[in-house]
Amino acid sequence: MSAKTLFDKIWDRHVIKDLGDGFSLIFVDRHMVNDMAGRGFLTLNKRGLPVAHPEFTFAAADHTVATLEARKASAKPDDNPYAVNLRDNSRQHGFRLFDLDDPDFGIIHVISAEQALALPGTTIACGDSHTCTLGALGAIAWGLGQSDIVHILATQTSVQRKPLNMRINVTGRLAPDVSAKDLILALAAELGVAGCVGHAVEFAGDAIRRMSMDERFTICNMAVEMGARFGLISPDDVTFDYLRGRPSAPDADAWDAAVADWRSLATDATAAFDAERTLDASRVEPQVSWGINPGQTIGISATIPSLSGQLTGSALATYETAVDYSGLVPGAPIAGTPIDIVFIGSCNNARLSDLRVAARVVEGRRVASGVRAWVSPGSERVRREAEAEGLDQIFMSAGFGWGHSGCSMCAGAGDQMREIGASGQRIASTTNRNFVGRQGPGTRTHLLSPAMAAAAAIAGRIVDVRSLEAIGG
Amino acid sequence: MAEPLTELRGTAVPILRDNIDTDTISPGSAPPWRKSATFGERGSATLADDLFANWRYTGEGRLIESFPLNEPRYQGARFLITGANFGCGSSRESAVWMLAAWGIRCVIAPSFAEIFSANCFANGLLPVVLANDLVSELADEASSAGGAFELDLAQRSLRRPSGRDITFHIPEYRRQGLMRGLDDIAQTLNDLAAIQKFVATGRRQFPWIYRRAAW
Ligand code: SF4
Repeated sequence: MSAKTLFDKIWDRHVIKDLGDGFSLIFVDRHMVNDMAGRGFLTLNKRGLPVAHPEFTFAAADHTVATLEARKASAKPDDNPYAVNLRDNSRQHGFRLFDLDDPDFGIIHVISAEQALALPGTTIACGDSHTCTLGALGAIAWGLGQSDIVHILATQTSVQRKPLNMRINVTGRLAPDVSAKDLILALAAELGVAGCVGHAVEFAGDAIRRMSMDERFTICNMAVEMGARFGLISPDDVTFDYLRGRPSAPDADAWDAAVADWRSLATDATAAFDAERTLDASRVEPQVSWGINPGQTIGISATIPSLSGQLTGSALATYETAVDYSGLVPGAPIAGTPIDIVFIGSCNNARLSDLRVAARVVEGRRVASGVRAWVSPGSERVRREAEAEGLDQIFMSAGFGWGHSGCSMCAGAGDQMREIGASGQRIASTTNRNFVGRQGPGTRTHLLSPAMAAAAAIAGRIVDVRSLEAIGG
Repeated sequence: MAEPLTELRGTAVPILRDNIDTDTISPGSAPPWRKSATFGERGSATLADDLFANWRYTGEGRLIESFPLNEPRYQGARFLITGANFGCGSSRESAVWMLAAWGIRCVIAPSFAEIFSANCFANGLLPVVLANDLVSELADEASSAGGAFELDLAQRSLRRPSGRDITFHIPEYRRQGLMRGLDDIAQTLNDLAAIQKFVATGRRQFPWIYRRAAW
C-alpha cells in the first residue's frame, strides 16, 4: 500500500459514492449544530424530512447566548428565539442538545472536544467555519453553510470535493512567553489569508508535537484564517491522553483497539504532500494584528507596514481600507496603541490553560482605568475548573468581569454585545477574526494571545507581555 | 432547490478589493440604526438592504453615494466583479442570500473562499474564477463603458460588453447542478441503502464511533 496522509486515510474511509470530477458523497460521523441553523431546520421541516441520524447530531446555542450579567434572563425560554428554536427542534427530532443551563454547555467546538464527541479518524461537520479546530484531534472537521447543513440533517452525508494536501512544518522551539496563538498569527501573516485555499493543512514538526491539546486546538482553529477549510494534526500520545476518560471516549474494553486504529491513521513517513511550508518557531515573537484580516499581523516590536508604494489594484485598495479603518499610522510602532476593551474568550483561546496564563499576568495587578475587560470561558466546564483553582477571583480582583461561556464578543452576535463595543473603540481580543465590524459596528479588533491580552488590560495599551515587569504595570 | 441557471444578461458592479469577508458582505451585528435586524431570519427586502451595510451606510444610516452598490448606474446589476479570496471568513450563507436578494447571480473574482463558493452553488449563483489581470480589465470595462455582460453556462463563456468572449473553467459536477437546478438532497436520498450499509459496517469495525449511545 502506498504511503498516505492522515487526511487521505480518513477521507477514503468515509467515501460513500464517487460523484465524479473530484466530488464525493462523504459520511458525516458527527454533525454539530448551533443556533444559526434555524433556517436549515425550517427547510427540513417544510420538506417533511426527519433528521436521518439524531444519534450523531449534537447542538448548543453558543452564538446568541448572553454571557454577561444578562445570562440568567436569556436562559429563560422566551427571551432568546434562537435558543428556543434549537430546543424545539432537538425535541422534535430527538438529538442531544447542550441547553443553556446544561453544566456541559459551551462553545460547540470546545465542548465537542471536551466531551470526546470528536474523535481521531472521524468526520465532523458544523455550520461554522471554525469547526476546523477539531482537526487537532486527528479528524476531518469542516465548516459549511445552511444548505449543506440541511443536506447533512436529512442524509448524514455531505457532497464535498477532495482538497489537495498541504503540510506546514513548524521546526524549533517557541521562546518563553510566546504561545501557540503567536505562532498561528505569525503563520497567517507569512502565508496570508488565502495562503492555503484549496488545501487540507496538516500541522507537523517538533514544535507541534511538543504542544498540549489546548495549544493544538488554537493552531487548527485558525487554519480557516489562511483559507484552508480543514486543519489537522496526526494523533499521538498527547491526543490519546487528552481523550482518555472523557464522557464519549471509547469504553475501557474498546480503548486499546481504538488507540491502535488511531495510531495507524497518522501520516506515513513517506507520504507526499501537494505543497509544503516551513516556519521556525524560535523566530516568533508575540504577535498583534493591526488591520482588518488575520494576515495583517505583525510582531510586537514591529511598526505598521507602509505598503502604499508597493501594492497595486485590489491589494492596494484592501491595504488602504485597512489603514483607514484601523486609524493607525504606517511606520508607527504597534506597541503603545491605547485600547478600550479587553476580551478573553472564544473557541480560539478560552480553554483552562489559556485562562491560567492570563491569570498569572493579571495576578496582583489592576486593569488600567478606562479599560473594560472581561473573560468568557470556552465552556461551562472550563468555567467550573477555573473557579476551582480560584482564577475567577484573580480576574475579578484585578477588575476583570467574569462571564459565562458562549461566543460572546467574538462575533458581536450575543444579544448584549452590540451595545458594548462603540464605534471607533479598540479591542485587544484573544479571538480569531478582526474583520470590519466583527465585534460590533465600527469596532477595531487586535488579535493577540491570552497573555498579551491580559498585559494590554493592565497597561491600557498594547504592550509586550515580557516587558510588563519593566514598565511597572 | 435553486432556480436553474443557464444564461444571464446584465450589467456588472465592480468592488475591487481583495479578501472581502462574509462579515463585511453580511454583517453579523446590525448597525445601531437598524435595531430590528439580527442574525438569521430576514425577509428578502431587508436582506438586500443589509448587503455590505457597513460599507453602504454611514453610522447614522445615510447612503454613502460613492460606494458602487449605491451608484445609480449599477442598480439592477446581475454580475459582481471583485478581488481575490472573495467570501473568506464565516460560513454564513446569508452572504449569498443577500447578494442574490440584491440581484447578483454571478460573481467574478481571481479566487473564492471555499465555503462561500459551495454556498453559491447551493443557491444557484455562479462564482467565476478568472486571472487577476483579466478581472481588473473587466472591472475597468464595467466602470468606464458600462453595458451588459452575457453569460452562457452551456458554453462556459462570458461575453464582455465590448463583444469579446472569455471562456472559464467550472467543475462539471457544479455546472450540471446549476443548469438543472439540481436538488442534492433528493439525489442523495436515492443512495440511502449505501448510507445504511456504511453505518452497519462502521458499527462492527469502529464501534466506538458508531455505537448507539445514550448521550
Ligand atoms: S467563539 Fe467566535 S469563532 Fe468561535 S464559534 Fe463562536 S463566533 Fe465562531
